[in-house]
Amino acid sequence: MTEHTPMLEVTDLVAAYGAVEALKGVSLQVRQGEIVTLIGANGAGKSTLLMSLCGDPQPRAGRVLLEGRDITACPTHEIMRMGVAQSPEGRRVFPRMSVLENLLMGAQAQGHDPAPELEKVFALFPRLKERQAQRGGTLSGGEQQMLAIGRALMSKPRLLLLDEPSLGLAPLIVRQIFSAIRALNEAEGLTVLLVEQNANQALRLAHRGYVLVTGRITMEGTGAELLARPEIRDAYLGGGH
Amino acid sequence: MAYALQQLINGISLGMIYGLIAVGYTMVYGIIGMINFAHGDIFMVGAFVALIAMVMLVSGGIMDGPAAILLVLAISMAFTALYGWTVERVAYRPLRGSFRLAPLISAIGMSIVLQNFVQVSQGARPKPIEPQVIGGIELMREGEFVVQLSYMQMLIIGTTLAALVVFTWLVTKTPLGRAMRACEQDRKMANLLGIDTDRTISLTFVIGAALAAVAATLYLLRYGVADFFMGFIVGVKAFTAAVLGGIGSLPGAVLGGLLIGLIETFWSAYFSVQYKDVAAFSILALTLIFLPTGLLGRQDVEKV
Repeated sequence: MTEHTPMLEVTDLVAAYGAVEALKGVSLQVRQGEIVTLIGANGAGKSTLLMSLCGDPQPRAGRVLLEGRDITACPTHEIMRMGVAQSPEGRRVFPRMSVLENLLMGAQAQGHDPAPELEKVFALFPRLKERQAQRGGTLSGGEQQMLAIGRALMSKPRLLLLDEPSLGLAPLIVRQIFSAIRALNEAEGLTVLLVEQNANQALRLAHRGYVLVTGRITMEGTGAELLARPEIRDAYLGGGH
Repeated sequence: MAYALQQLINGISLGMIYGLIAVGYTMVYGIIGMINFAHGDIFMVGAFVALIAMVMLVSGGIMDGPAAILLVLAISMAFTALYGWTVERVAYRPLRGSFRLAPLISAIGMSIVLQNFVQVSQGARPKPIEPQVIGGIELMREGEFVVQLSYMQMLIIGTTLAALVVFTWLVTKTPLGRAMRACEQDRKMANLLGIDTDRTISLTFVIGAALAAVAATLYLLRYGVADFFMGFIVGVKAFTAAVLGGIGSLPGAVLGGLLIGLIETFWSAYFSVQYKDVAAFSILALTLIFLPTGLLGRQDVEKV
């Protein structure tokens, strides 16, 4: 793999749930070591895009390359063993498993020793260490978000897909989670594709961003560029959402 | 008093067999949300495999005694597990993602297929075997009445407990068990963590069928007879046990099995043997009306 092969290259991706076409030809690129954010309103297709990259639903058309390798037709569990991890919409913590078991689930299919990753996740989110024997379903929203991200990190991913990590959380916890993402990116070169409605903070964190409107990319640029665009300010930062 | 104690022993040993089968219903329900109506017939297949193995080993003069029983048990578990795997692969997996009723109808179809297959290949007449485990110990005597714990009942209780201990360890402590619980709680998420959920579901059927084979071998040894239709009544009773215990709950399945075994035995002892099935199925109706989530269904229990 050369330095110049993008971590993720998506070309003309079409995906649908049943008859509803949620993505109508999306192209984007995430380079190695980058944080890229995808912003857009509710129903724009952001979560569908992340899920479709993981093969669920499988793309109807287009191509997904992971480090140069075509994964468009791969089944989900195989993609998730190629260095991709996702913290999905709604967190999807296993409610009747302990925090520790939830985290171990993250490493289970990968075949590596979970102990070093577990230590790193506990260092990143000390709260999870305190609560490790507690059931996932009894955690607060912020703790569940930490658990979902921690669980994704347990697989030692090279590409981390994060779906709305700030949803429903207090600003202080959002800052904490965003700074954890930045730390992982800077310290370990972790590549991140971040889906957010909270455009302001996401664009400040990200190197580059894309705007998704009803299944199509309408704008792209660096975080600072997009923050400066008046139409972005009006549509996503004006507090209208 | 002595009579009641004897019924208690009989009820528990019968109930444990129901419990083993009920675990198979409840596991499959937990993981893919369907009632596997062919599970009773998987039990029947297990009894026939055990019967054939028993006849070959014992009547063939190859071996007998405890070693033979152990080997028969292992053979029955292996073949029946293969049947369980095949049924899932052929009849249920292709229908995953289809409408909810589809696998249920397919299960009823599989039940008919298995019954007819055994009827045609083994004959319709009940097949008896020689009693293999004879005798017992006398617990107490009250006038003429002797309370006995037979070696067969000890074998049933011991084997069932051992199977349940291994099974509980498997579900709560091993990575496979964790994957099964993950699939039960959120299959899509398990898939997103790299778990091959189809494989996990297959293994659930394999384990359920192996437990049914343990129950079937014990049942065959206890009652000494197998026929192609035996899976229906036993299956429906084990299903009743799973519903009574709270479908989806593993401890519930065992508890429900014990209760159904006890109710059936005591009913037969004090009221009427002819109406024992009526008693068991009235419980099913009453549970569904008054306690649809079962005894342990709503509490936060470990489920697969």
